[in-house]
Amino acid sequence: MTVTHTPNGFNLNDAGRRVIVDPVTRIEGHMRCEVNIDDDNIIRNAVSSGTMWRGLEVILKGRDPRDAWAFVQRICGVCTGTHALTSVRAVEDALKIKIPENANSIRNLMQLSLQVQDHLVHFYHLHALDWVNPVNALKADPAATSALQQKISPHNPKSSPGYFRDTQNRLLKFVESGQLGPFKNGYWTNPAYLLPPEADLMAVTHYLEALDFQKDIMKIRTVFGGKDPHPNWLVGGVPCAINIDGVGANGAINMERLNLVSSIIDRTIDFIDQVYIPDLLAIAGFYKGWMYGGGISGQSLLSYGDIPDKANDYSAANLLMPRGAIINGDLSKVHEVDLTDPEQIKEFIPHSWYKYPDDSLGLHPWDGVTEPNYKLGPNTKGDRTHIKELDEAAKYSWIKAPRWRGHAMEVGPLARYVIGYAQGNKEITEQINFVLKTLDVPVTALFSTLGRTAARGLEAQWAAGKMRYFMDKMVANIKSGDLATANVALWDPETWPSSVKGVGFTEAPRGALGHWLKIENTKIANYQCVVPTTWNGSPRDEQGNIGAFEAALMNTKVERPDEPVEILRTLHSFDPCLACSTHIISPDGTELTQVKVR
Amino acid sequence: MNILLLGIGNVLWADEGFGVRVIERLQKSYRFPDNVKVMDGGTQGVYLVEHVQTADVLLVFDAVDYGLRPGTLKRIENDDVPNFLGAKKMSLHQTGFQEVLAMAQMLGCYPQHLLLIGVQPEELDDYGGSLRPIVRAQIQPAIDMALTHLQAFGIEAETVSSDGDLADPVLNIQRYEQERPTASEACRTGDDRVLMLEGFQLRPPQPAGENTMQVDVDYRGKY
Repeated sequence: MTVTHTPNGFNLNDAGRRVIVDPVTRIEGHMRCEVNIDDDNIIRNAVSSGTMWRGLEVILKGRDPRDAWAFVQRICGVCTGTHALTSVRAVEDALKIKIPENANSIRNLMQLSLQVQDHLVHFYHLHALDWVNPVNALKADPAATSALQQKISPHNPKSSPGYFRDTQNRLLKFVESGQLGPFKNGYWTNPAYLLPPEADLMAVTHYLEALDFQKDIMKIRTVFGGKDPHPNWLVGGVPCAINIDGVGANGAINMERLNLVSSIIDRTIDFIDQVYIPDLLAIAGFYKGWMYGGGISGQSLLSYGDIPDKANDYSAANLLMPRGAIINGDLSKVHEVDLTDPEQIKEFIPHSWYKYPDDSLGLHPWDGVTEPNYKLGPNTKGDRTHIKELDEAAKYSWIKAPRWRGHAMEVGPLARYVIGYAQGNKEITEQINFVLKTLDVPVTALFSTLGRTAARGLEAQWAAGKMRYFMDKMVANIKSGDLATANVALWDPETWPSSVKGVGFTEAPRGALGHWLKIENTKIANYQCVVPTTWNGSPRDEQGNIGAFEAALMNTKVERPDEPVEILRTLHSFDPCLACSTHIISPDGTELTQVKVR
Repeated sequence: MNILLLGIGNVLWADEGFGVRVIERLQKSYRFPDNVKVMDGGTQGVYLVEHVQTADVLLVFDAVDYGLRPGTLKRIENDDVPNFLGAKKMSLHQTGFQEVLAMAQMLGCYPQHLLLIGVQPEELDDYGGSLRPIVRAQIQPAIDMALTHLQAFGIEAETVSSDGDLADPVLNIQRYEQERPTASEACRTGDDRVLMLEGFQLRPPQPAGENTMQVDVDYRGKY
């Protein structure tokens, strides 16, 4: 037995039974989680491990930096556009390329549309099943469901008893055919599910509605990126011309296309206001007694910021999505963040399967090294190919441990929202106050699994509103006669200095994303990505600070140790995406989650 | 009648890219009537639902493990398809294509005709690598199979020669292969715990020996 007090304030005790969840499902990539629970089934030690490794950075070596976006877009199926945007920004930063205002508006529209779509898909299709029980929905009374719907969202037209009866019948047909489809592998008899059948039916109905609706949002990226999946990006701007008087769906952007985007934005705002937010508040109302999962969100939060209002100004004052760092839980001070400062962001590897020239020192991403070193600690159970139990005192993850001035940080919607709240951002403060008031909970309720899920919903609402803002801004700019979408003055590599470096950043749906690169003799000499799940899923560091996932699992009560609903609920609330945070290799899809209790 | 020709897979993982490479060749060498859509689906999961929903006839190209000899083409139709798909996929939040089909079904829009043209991969664990020759040689036969199938729906393709790429030209198979960094510059293999998993055994068994157990590959210290 080991009892440790971590510098970031957690008491770890590995005496109790060990519960292993591997893989953690409904996420991108492979992740394993091990916890120790005490006699009351409360988690007293948590270990999160990324179980794959990728060679992303290294396959970019020697390539033309103007092409890097096309590669990073293929890393995974989720953040395609965000990686591409981060990559072109890094190259523009290195080469000091300025982009036109229209390009900035279009990029923001693409990024915001991804933000909205990703949050929506996360809430309904990846996370809802941690709170919503579709099997229980079969017991619901459609009339009572209709009444509930009208109460929580009076303006939603789809609320008749017949509408919910239809969904229920469809669901029944699915269940009776023996193929639960996306609902298989759930723990549908677990007492952790608290919704009445009517709320379950309402949520399942919206699961289907959201699935149908999210495809419209994607069309925005088809318009501006030429196609989707895999829209086009361009160093220096965006690869689409504007010809406002043109016609047709192909070629330059014209009024017809802009009107299409505009109508999708309106419908997105309606869907979020009438469906997503009411559902979120209704579900949260039933779970507000379940206040687990805060982890380090009450102490250490980081956001790089995003959505530049004016083009080419990446200072905090110009970023509409908040930028800053909070440490030691002091919300009265938001620290400035500088991605180029070698003293701020460093990645450590004492508990990661990598090797540095000196393992005890952290490296800034510009000087980052990705050299595998798969070694297991002496207390590992199992062998190198079949680990039964990790030894967290040694190396135990393919994720590095990034730290901001030595602190483990949480990134993502909750971090952005708390930072915005601490800075007195008017829109964010109003949204948060509305939720706190509706649910009748104190501000500290934000620091929880549910708070993370709520922040994501509020951010989707905010992002939809900002899509309207940039749409109007761009149309006004076009009407004033500015049609520029790209600056190709520095397109020719002969104009480039022989050795430069740059950093690009965005706020991906799941958190702060940075790409650091060095260009030598017109080719990529080094490329390092520090992705959101590297922050959130980080293992312990040299000082013994645990990462955000690990911290969030601590002290949670698990109703049934062999059905890890609570563990999945909290991990999913981060919207983890390990395809880029770890080094992917396995395309193995054979998985039912295996839960082992030892 | 809407017809969708969809290639899925990850081009960065050797034979995993088969479906996408078939689409690349189709785009370069064929032209179809307007009701036929040719799509590089990459590793998108949920986001492909809408395209599946709107298709009356769906043809999917993919690398799928049937335990056959590498390079074998396999044709699977209609109700049998979900049973074969998605066993080894890297896709949106582990939403395999199976689940995409299930979602389309729940939404009440499912293709009337579904054909999967799959190839048995030889190698997947080669990051940044391209199709193995034996798999690459099946691109044209897979296309021929698709064209024959489409004739039943009255669709005739016109052959053309185009330089256009659907994806960014840097991912064009020739450039992708030629510009690949050397093995000493860029580590190409992965975590052997994963490689040794049963679900991942596509290669003949490795001779027992110390090397198969080592993750410390020989490319260390080069970058």
